[in-house]
Amino acid sequence: MKTTKGKAAISNHRDNPAIPNEEWILRLYVAGQSPKSITAFQNLKTICEGQLNGRYTIEVIDLLINPQLGKDDQILAIPTLIRKFPEPVKKIIGDLSNTDRVLIGLDLLPRF
Amino acid sequence: MSKNKMQVQTQSLPKSPTGIKGLDEITGGGLPKGRPTLVCGNAGCGKTLLAMEFLVRGAIEFNEPGVFMAFEETENELTTNVASLGFNLEDLTEKKMILIEHVHIERSEIEEAGEYDLEGLLIRINFAIDSIGAKRVVLDTIESLFGGLPNVLILRAELRRLFRFLKEKGVTVIITGERGDEMLTRQGLEEYVSDCVIVLDHRVTEQASTRRLRIVKYRGSSHGTNEYPFLIDETGFSVLPITSVGLTHTVSTERISSGIPRLDTMLSGKGYFRGSSILASGTAGTGKSSLAAHLTFAACKRKERVLYFALEESPSQIIRNMRSIGINQEQWVKSGLLRFHSNRPTFIGLESYLTMIHKAILDFKPEVVIVDPISSFIVGANEFEAKSMIMRLVDFLKMNNITGFFTALTGVGSEMEGLKVNVSSLIDTWLLLRDIEIGGERNRGLYILKSRGMAHSNQIREFILTDHGVELRDVYVGPDGVLTGSARTAKEAVEDSEKLLRKQEIERKQLALERKRKALDYKIKELQDEFEAESLEALKAISIDTELSKNFLQLQRDQAVSRKADTDQKHTSLK
Repeated sequence: MKTTKGKAAISNHRDNPAIPNEEWILRLYVAGQSPKSITAFQNLKTICEGQLNGRYTIEVIDLLINPQLGKDDQILAIPTLIRKFPEPVKKIIGDLSNTDRVLIGLDLLPRF
Repeated sequence: MSKNKMQVQTQSLPKSPTGIKGLDEITGGGLPKGRPTLVCGNAGCGKTLLAMEFLVRGAIEFNEPGVFMAFEETENELTTNVASLGFNLEDLTEKKMILIEHVHIERSEIEEAGEYDLEGLLIRINFAIDSIGAKRVVLDTIESLFGGLPNVLILRAELRRLFRFLKEKGVTVIITGERGDEMLTRQGLEEYVSDCVIVLDHRVTEQASTRRLRIVKYRGSSHGTNEYPFLIDETGFSVLPITSVGLTHTVSTERISSGIPRLDTMLSGKGYFRGSSILASGTAGTGKSSLAAHLTFAACKRKERVLYFALEESPSQIIRNMRSIGINQEQWVKSGLLRFHSNRPTFIGLESYLTMIHKAILDFKPEVVIVDPISSFIVGANEFEAKSMIMRLVDFLKMNNITGFFTALTGVGSEMEGLKVNVSSLIDTWLLLRDIEIGGERNRGLYILKSRGMAHSNQIREFILTDHGVELRDVYVGPDGVLTGSARTAKEAVEDSEKLLRKQEIERKQLALERKRKALDYKIKELQDEFEAESLEALKAISIDTELSKNFLQLQRDQAVSRKADTDQKHTSLK
């Protein structure tokens, strides 16, 4: 498991209520170094950098190394992103290449 | 499941025995080993139970651990649901023989953002299999994925990968699927599973629900192609090919009284065998329940327990009716030796009724079980199920050495053996009650159609219900056929008077003969007397004659002497 700590950045969106003030905990489930896994991690980092002002933690869990962890978060698809905090827990599957859908899934954009 | 059978099957196609009663027989040894089997059917037809029993039996009987991937129910729900079938999943889980993993999938909780695969599911299944060394896997039901994941193209490709993975893993898999309109399953799962497909069906005909199982396909193996009825009761799932009923029970040679002395006499003097199954069949009002009441009475008197399943009457009605023939059953109910169960099987369905019977028997532990009448099981077109059910009941009773007494209502005008469900092969002693209509009267006749293992009477007896119970009487068998009732009485009266007349005639003749002999004797005596008198006289005359001739000779000699005559030669020689 590797953890990426976001850098504290000056926020441009202080007035946006969707932007959290507390630190987010995100968990990305992957299976080895597959292209989809790598793409997903890169996409996630880009989105977080742009949206979360560095107040986030990304845990990457490799199920090939820790298969027993797949059960707790009910993982089926790879890659799967889980928003552990803030609640409620959100689940996004795929390589996160569709940024809009990721933002919707994380409640960073209103659903339309 | 015999071992020989398994070895034979192993040569053609390796099979994984299910341990489910009857299923191994019709599949010729079980499901294809190391391959997936599809079990599909409508909601509530027992797919999950079949799959679960496959794992539980595998764990208990064949020492093969199993993984249950539950897509619809949680671990707790499953454990609770199958506990009613007597499966202790908690225990098996603790022993690491069974692993249940709930796979939760909810469309509304998932956002799809880009490319993905189902590697996560594969990893979880793989991990579950490896963690207990599973040989059997159940996916129940994988179709839930179609509801939870939006991208069907990815899903289908991934399912194909999943089944390939499971085959490589060498585990025997059951995949359950909901029955579709056009296809066997809604999502066409049969496309992935080409080895064995079993269809379960739960249908309601004439208000009676029946479950059926059919093997649609079994690649590389012969299999039964019929629809087989199956039951789910507290011993689990059981498919009912006729041959699957175990014939391993030991039989008793002990005899028990039928409660009717004359009937005992007909049954080679001792009554029924303990643990045998007895059927009393007949048209309405022939006294079937009365025979049952007598058996009840006799058993309770011996301090044995009797469980009475009344399918058509309430207990109080039976007690009242039997009181009219002088049998008081109430006392036994009060003392706890007799227990009634009254309800119609159509009310709860055959399976549930059988389950209820099993429970009641296990709870009460009776020596005698009465089912009155067994024909109530047959509603509409469920004869086959009814027979299967009766067979299972008979088998269950025999296994426990419980005497079973069944009554059966046969239709008026039908053949005497025309019991709708032919259960004769299951029955040890069959009493047939018949109406005999002669001379504007309807009387009851009883005879023993068969009674295994004893030399029984082959005669018809007239069956009379009196206020002190059932009485059996000899029927009049004469040139006019069998006579019963008042015809018999009349015929007997005629015979009696004829007999009397004949007796008098004989006496008269004997008397005449006597008289004749006496007369003869008298005559003989008379003649004898006469003869004696005559012979006496004759003797007298003879003696006189002799005397006279003597005197005459003397006279001659005297004269000669006096005349000095010479002695004549002739006379000299006379000297």
